[in-house]
Amino acid sequence: MTLTLGGWMVMLLSVGSVLALVSFCLTRVLSLPPIEIEQHLKGPLEIDTRDTSDAD
Amino acid sequence: MAEIRVRDRWGSRIGVILAVAGSAVGLGNFLRFPGNAAQNGGGAFMLPYFISLLVLGLPMCWAEWTMGRYAGVRGFNSAPAIYTVIWRNRISKYFGSLAILIPLVIYMYYVLIEAWCLGYAINYLTGALMLGPDASEYGTFFGNFVGIEADGALLTEGNRGLLVLLTIVFVCNFVLIYRGVNKGIETFCKIAMPVLIFLGLIVLIRVLTLGTPDPSKPDQSVLGGLGFMWNPQPDRLFDFQTWLAASGQVFFSLSVGFGIIVNYASYLSRDDDLALSGLTSSSMNEFFEVCLGGLITVPAAFIFLGLAAGDFTGSSFALGFQALPNVFAMMPAGQFFGFLWFFMLFVAAITSSVSMLQPVIAFLEEGFGLKRHASAAVLGLLSALGCGFVLYFSKNLVALDMMDFWVGSVALFVLAMIQSFLYAWMFGIKRGHEELHRGAHIRIPWAVQLVMKYVVPVYLLVIFVGFCYQRLPSSDRLEFETPLAQAETLSDGALPEWLQSEFAERELVLPEDATLQAGSYRAADGGWRIVNDQRHLLYRLVPEDGRWAVASRQVGYVESISRNGVALLSMLFISVLFAFVLVLVHIAGRRWEAAGRFDNIPD
Repeated sequence: MTLTLGGWMVMLLSVGSVLALVSFCLTRVLSLPPIEIEQHLKGPLEIDTRDTSDAD
Repeated sequence: MAEIRVRDRWGSRIGVILAVAGSAVGLGNFLRFPGNAAQNGGGAFMLPYFISLLVLGLPMCWAEWTMGRYAGVRGFNSAPAIYTVIWRNRISKYFGSLAILIPLVIYMYYVLIEAWCLGYAINYLTGALMLGPDASEYGTFFGNFVGIEADGALLTEGNRGLLVLLTIVFVCNFVLIYRGVNKGIETFCKIAMPVLIFLGLIVLIRVLTLGTPDPSKPDQSVLGGLGFMWNPQPDRLFDFQTWLAASGQVFFSLSVGFGIIVNYASYLSRDDDLALSGLTSSSMNEFFEVCLGGLITVPAAFIFLGLAAGDFTGSSFALGFQALPNVFAMMPAGQFFGFLWFFMLFVAAITSSVSMLQPVIAFLEEGFGLKRHASAAVLGLLSALGCGFVLYFSKNLVALDMMDFWVGSVALFVLAMIQSFLYAWMFGIKRGHEELHRGAHIRIPWAVQLVMKYVVPVYLLVIFVGFCYQRLPSSDRLEFETPLAQAETLSDGALPEWLQSEFAERELVLPEDATLQAGSYRAADGGWRIVNDQRHLLYRLVPEDGRWAVASRQVGYVESISRNGVALLSMLFISVLFAFVLVLVHIAGRRWEAAGRFDNIPD
């Protein structure tokens, strides 16, 4: 048994497509500016009224 | 005095992507995918595989990311609450109980498999797994290691190594989860995922540079191995089984329907990207599956085992824990690469198992106001109970298999269908499209939403029905045929020698207590049955065209419950746990209602 022309084509197409997609995605993600820390601190706050502090 | 606390959040964009990818990447990428592909048309398998990825996997992923963030920015992280935000109905929270049950039960047996991987890696370090070229040695080693011979085997004196490993792995998972989303899961995945890629690439380079290790077998070369995996069999495209296997592979591989992505996405901020992040984590999963799993596992097995590698492709455990150790024993520097391989599987498994705990922790904290140490303690107790159950009932891995089938497969499909219904029909695809594009760095075509609404539910239903049709009922599988004249020597009781030798020749399992029993397969034809001492059917002998067709009984999951006490006990365990989770969700729902948590939530 050996790798036929069809096998080569399917393998290269599959591996190539996935590599192209993951490269595109990672390049886009890593080239974006980092998320501002302050923006995170603006996330919704929870007010813990301590009424469940004895729950544990 | 009231205390203000900042909600748990992801620390970085790449952190959440790596965490979601880590959750998806597991043993299935390295063992299940290549076995499935090699068994179902080789390269031809990739066409339905990629189609399923486009019309099922990616839309479902985006839907989960969208629902999770939508509810998360409104202050909810657990699936029962998230579903209630998505569909303001009293019953929607109960759907969320499946999203608690599924990761919890899968964790119970997955952490055990994780301990197997660590154990195998350690056995390679000590050289205990270099057992030579005899394939049967690896089956025996695996059987002893996982306690396949008898229930309770892993708790007997001198055989408690796996228990120690399980404890270590269990504690590791809880240390990570205790540290929280950002400091625990994200920090760990930022280290583990690059390590995983590095280890995978080293093993890949080793496999692709093996050449032709045995010159007397020129077919068993790297190109031969790749051909065995990738040469397309176009006729298999017309086989429903190929499409079913490909769709199932995509579905299980991407971790959709686990309740994990909705939970992870709920820790995002309002304007964090969903579209690109979802695509990136899915494509990373594909990288591990297609580029590493597809080029390493089956080609390596073929290079050393030849066509016999095909005997292992039907079972991930057989391929990973029996065939590959045999391969490493024959490979130059096999001990080192065996260690790398199993350590890589261990890392892949731990990034997945830790993600299974977070949805349950989030529910306990949100539903009952528990602090992290209390929720971790409750979860630790529950999951230890389940782990102990799977560890004790190790005979033939029945308990593990039952949990994997009924929860890790059937319940998963059900939850995925519920989620697609909630997203497309209750939340609405117009709102979903807008929400998906808030803060997005890429545009997703509107057609994806239409696919989500009209194609995904039907697609899921077809796969589910096909899956159940294949696995639930029992069936007969033709094993061999023998001349009908031999029937004259058949009679009730012990099997004649000629028949026993027919079975032995084909290496078919025949228990010592097997006996022949006259039985009618088709009323007019008559026939014989081979049964065990509990009168359970093992094989049928059916007269056909002057020959006896000998068919083995493939016991379906429904019949197995009535046949096997441990299977029944496993079902009881799952049912009781499900009932318990339902009660917890009900109580949590009452608490939320009393606190007015769902009042005045902005659309």
